[in-house]
Amino acid sequence: MSIVDLPELSLVVLVGISGSGKSTFARKHFRPTQVLSSDAFRAMVADDENEQSASGDAFEVLHHVAGKRLRAGRLTVVDATNVQAHARADLVRVAREHDVLPVAIVLNTPEAVCWERTQARPDREFGREVLRRQGRDLRRSIGQLQREGFRRVHVLTDPSDVEVRFDKLFNDRRELSGPFDIIGDVHGCRAELELLLGKLGWESTVDGWAHPAGRTAVFVGDLVDRGPDSPGVLRLVMDMVARGRALCVSGNHEAKLLKHLQGRKVRVSHGLGETLAQLETSPVEGLVSFLDGLISHYVLDGGRLVVAHAGLKEEYHGRASGRVRAFAMYGDTTGETDEYGLPVRYPWANDYRGRAMVVYGHTPVLIPEWVNNTICLDTGAVFGGRLTAMRYPEKELVFVEAERQYYEPVRPLQAPSIASGGLSKLSEVTGRRHITTDYGTVTVPAEHAAAALEVMSRYAVDPRWLLWLPPTMAPAPSSSVDGYLEHPIEALADMRKAGVERVVCEEKHMGSRAVVVVCRSQEIAAQRFADDGSTGVIYTRTGRSFFDSAKTEALLARVRAAIDAAGVWDELDTDWLMLDCELLPWSAKAHTLIQGFAAVGAAGRAALPVALSVLDQAAARGLEVGELRGRVESALDGVHAYSAAYRPYVSEAEVTLAPFAVLAGKGVSYAARDHGWHLAIADRLVEADPSLFTPTRRLVVTPDAEASVTDWWLELTAAGGEGMVVKPYDGLAFGGGRVQPGVKCRGREYLRIIYGPSYTEPDQLAQLRQRRLGRKRSLALREHALGLAALDAVAAGRAFHELVFGILACESEPVDPRL
Amino acid sequence: MLLTLTTTHRPATDLGYLLVKHPDRVHRFDLPYGTATVVFPEATERRCTAALLLEADPRRLENNAGEQLNRYVNDRPFAASSLLSAALNRVFRTAARGESRDRPELAAAPIPLEVRVPALRCKGGIDLAQRLFAPLGWEVRGVAVPLDPAFPAWGDSRYVDLTLSGTVRLADALNHLYVLIPVLDDAKHYWVAPDEIDKLLDKGEGWLGAHPERSLITKRFLAHQGALAKQAESRFDELAPDAVVVEDLDNESKPLNVLRREAVLEALASTGAKSVLDLGCGAGALLSDLVRGRRYTRVVGADVSVRALELASRRLRGRAELIQTALTYVDDRLAGFDAAVLMEVIEHVDEPRLPALCEAVFGHAAPAFVVVTTPNAEYNVRYESLAAGTMRHRDHRFEWTRAEFAAWANEVASAYGYTVDLRGVGDNDPQLGAPTQLALFKRSGVN
Repeated sequence: MSIVDLPELSLVVLVGISGSGKSTFARKHFRPTQVLSSDAFRAMVADDENEQSASGDAFEVLHHVAGKRLRAGRLTVVDATNVQAHARADLVRVAREHDVLPVAIVLNTPEAVCWERTQARPDREFGREVLRRQGRDLRRSIGQLQREGFRRVHVLTDPSDVEVRFDKLFNDRRELSGPFDIIGDVHGCRAELELLLGKLGWESTVDGWAHPAGRTAVFVGDLVDRGPDSPGVLRLVMDMVARGRALCVSGNHEAKLLKHLQGRKVRVSHGLGETLAQLETSPVEGLVSFLDGLISHYVLDGGRLVVAHAGLKEEYHGRASGRVRAFAMYGDTTGETDEYGLPVRYPWANDYRGRAMVVYGHTPVLIPEWVNNTICLDTGAVFGGRLTAMRYPEKELVFVEAERQYYEPVRPLQAPSIASGGLSKLSEVTGRRHITTDYGTVTVPAEHAAAALEVMSRYAVDPRWLLWLPPTMAPAPSSSVDGYLEHPIEALADMRKAGVERVVCEEKHMGSRAVVVVCRSQEIAAQRFADDGSTGVIYTRTGRSFFDSAKTEALLARVRAAIDAAGVWDELDTDWLMLDCELLPWSAKAHTLIQGFAAVGAAGRAALPVALSVLDQAAARGLEVGELRGRVESALDGVHAYSAAYRPYVSEAEVTLAPFAVLAGKGVSYAARDHGWHLAIADRLVEADPSLFTPTRRLVVTPDAEASVTDWWLELTAAGGEGMVVKPYDGLAFGGGRVQPGVKCRGREYLRIIYGPSYTEPDQLAQLRQRRLGRKRSLALREHALGLAALDAVAAGRAFHELVFGILACESEPVDPRL
Repeated sequence: MLLTLTTTHRPATDLGYLLVKHPDRVHRFDLPYGTATVVFPEATERRCTAALLLEADPRRLENNAGEQLNRYVNDRPFAASSLLSAALNRVFRTAARGESRDRPELAAAPIPLEVRVPALRCKGGIDLAQRLFAPLGWEVRGVAVPLDPAFPAWGDSRYVDLTLSGTVRLADALNHLYVLIPVLDDAKHYWVAPDEIDKLLDKGEGWLGAHPERSLITKRFLAHQGALAKQAESRFDELAPDAVVVEDLDNESKPLNVLRREAVLEALASTGAKSVLDLGCGAGALLSDLVRGRRYTRVVGADVSVRALELASRRLRGRAELIQTALTYVDDRLAGFDAAVLMEVIEHVDEPRLPALCEAVFGHAAPAFVVVTTPNAEYNVRYESLAAGTMRHRDHRFEWTRAEFAAWANEVASAYGYTVDLRGVGDNDPQLGAPTQLALFKRSGVN
């Protein structure tokens, strides 16, 4: 019995002459979908698996499919003779392109056996000399395979007696879930390292450094060079690694040191000389094998965390190839050098969209900053900066200041790369898109994305501030209650049907939807969002700023003061917050719209009374116009009611905000909090500054409480209120994005503004009740799913613009605007 | 909506004969968009009034006209509009032709008439109503309708309670109303097709030809479809989202937009560029010039507006590549050009978003040359129609003085490794400079 060890992710190339048993072997050890057989591809393109003239096309397609599978991280087996070097070279190329290991399994079955099998197959028409030629090619090949790039070669003389085993790549440590203390570039700063470990809670015991809570340290590499005690750092880290309390990836400095120690020629520069001198007087035992055993990146915690010295783009996570290793150790260099003669590094993190958090070092920065779920922990300790660690999963940064500058920096420490504008790629938002979220997949047609692009780029605030957009909200199903189009009974029934056990009925303020992002200080704003001098944004439901920057800042200052006074910053342990609000009065922003409504009233008041007097005169002459007069009179009543409906929303009063949800803060989406929590914070803001904040009246009930909700709603709307929104009490995330986050139930008079002065006339109402809500409800859910995903992404520091853009694009879908 | 027609001709009741409607009956007409009723509230020997009352059916309107007129609540059921005009034509067809079986002489003679339209949306105000009707022999009285008496500060609405009086032939009066009500309202309820020109010539016969406001009347009656009268080409500029509103009013030998294009073409020619990217190409006026020259091997127009790109596509018919892009994103398709043009584009971007545009254009697309034009705010005082402190176009987010533009241009040039040369375009006022300013950026190291 021979054992065949295969990396979990590899391109397995079977090599063997016709009849050697490749297909049988493949069937026995692999799933049918993992096996790409040249016969099958020939049949696919030429209707005949033996049609040799189709081989060129067949292999082209086979390589393409293999590439797609490897891109997706799927083991792939190629079942073809592969006895010729050029055929194998193509496969090695495909493997390399996707950074997976090519493995060859040679089925060295005796030619006589193969000939026997071939003769037994009626569809094989070639003669024995074909087999002989293949055999010659095969014998010539066996010795070449390693050189051709196959990382492992298995030669089987008896393919029937084989066990195939899969092993993990060295970089795959997904089973380790931490908690971790990830430590930035140390560069021989032993004193700072020991201080930092102490600050992280590690203790130096007779049994080496240990953490009482059993945490694991992860070093991002560059332990050596430039600093005062590289041997000391090496001994410390090597001991921790040996005791299983630390992991360490290779930095470029380790790689260079290893090369030198192995006797290869390297330039002794960038602090290598210091290390070599220190090692001269203070040798480190086992150094070469330690350095030689370092791998370039680790995938940890079920794939949620990736540590690599210079960072790693998503395609390379868990892959193994020369270029993956080079990227992990040296970063993505553009080939240019800057004015200091250092390589210009491509800001890969700006384009990073992966789900895994990537923690790295390599490029000294002033302050570690989250860029798309990646963070660089190199804060230039050796240059007199700080030695920084990040606790995972807590995402807390812990640092110690360097005792002094040990080495002259070649160039000043860099500001984080995102400061260069943080532009997203157009290709990430345009075209037909399928956006997969934890709350379902949303498809955005290309033409909706095209329409949203115009709004987004011409009117919206800086996308770095545009964290979320309010999803549209569907109205309650049309009511059968006499005289009403919308009524609480149907709103509650709708929630009941969705399995909601407790609802909150919130007063619907008649104003303009406003999203407020406010930071505790300008520094926080610059660090967390954008260094544009602002401390936040106040934007509309389409992402446009409500006010100019001066007025925005004035309002934000008051919002900030209220959050201060209410003690919410510390309580929530955050330095920024995003609030979902209604901005009042409506006329503050919707002045033009309201005057448009007013114009309808004006026209009606000008025309209808004259018509009435004409009809009265006609009636006085004995003409039969009673019915017409009745219609005109009721139209006039409608016009009066219509004007009365918008008038309460007109006010010269100062702008106020009615917050009703706290959407997100530092590292957290509050979508899972119940509405009681949200409204309690809103209440405290109102209490802190009653002139800035307007309270939201609410009623928390079970969906059966029809009578009390109806009374409450009637009272609210009779007093000129717009209506209410009925939401699952448990919060936005109730139902995992598959339940409407709320349905609106608008007041009878308010709907006059929407449906016209006379919409309550029985015939009109009957027709309006036929309105279709399916599209609006589906749209509301899709936007809600994107919104929840955006909040998660913002909290996790991942890229969120695609999601927010998706919400805006959904809004381009034509639905009845009156819903 | 309502219109009344009164005469004091003796016997006034002859009005019934002229209109072919018996004053003692109620006349009802079912029309495609509602119900029209004609009644006579007074019918005496001395004074007779016919009232046309049109009840538009919003549901029928919704299905009509191909446009969703009533998706939002609107004034159409109340205000006089092309609907009323169409009803007038339909209900008083014989009278409008000047024919009368019973009173042919009267139909041919001017009679004292008073017309009242109690709610007419007057785009242009009472003043325009005056200019339209007075030359036709009407005395015009208009009372502005307040927008909402509850909010006096809002002032008047655009509606006017209009009364016309004069001694006019009834047929002429009806034709005046047929043409001029929709002209004042300026929002036709139906799609205006080429046969509308025939209607206008027919109804305007004898009075429109010499009317001092003929061009305005024609333009509005044809729903501003210049294409119906002029060449389709010339209409594109007007419809373009970036159409410059004020500058065209300026009396120069060559319009500023032409001078500007010439200046941009000249700047491009001086660079020797072979491939050009027109960023914010709009309806493609500059692109047409670029492809005509045959100087360039590759001409690409980019705009964020799908509508603008459609217009450009119709205009260019495949002679230039067109792409939708947004200058606040990184778009790899914009890289690799010799030159890029931002003609009257930057002022349409919010100032805080300009760094993003610069990053996209100078940082990522990074052509060897960039031509930027933008208005010179100092010159605005020369535009009489432009109120002080206002900008030339309502979508302009800012307009810069020469010093502001120069400061921006120099900052961008140094940040992205370009040198910049600034110049004016158009009439050069010694104090104020030229109306348009142009910057030609050259990437350092380019010959």
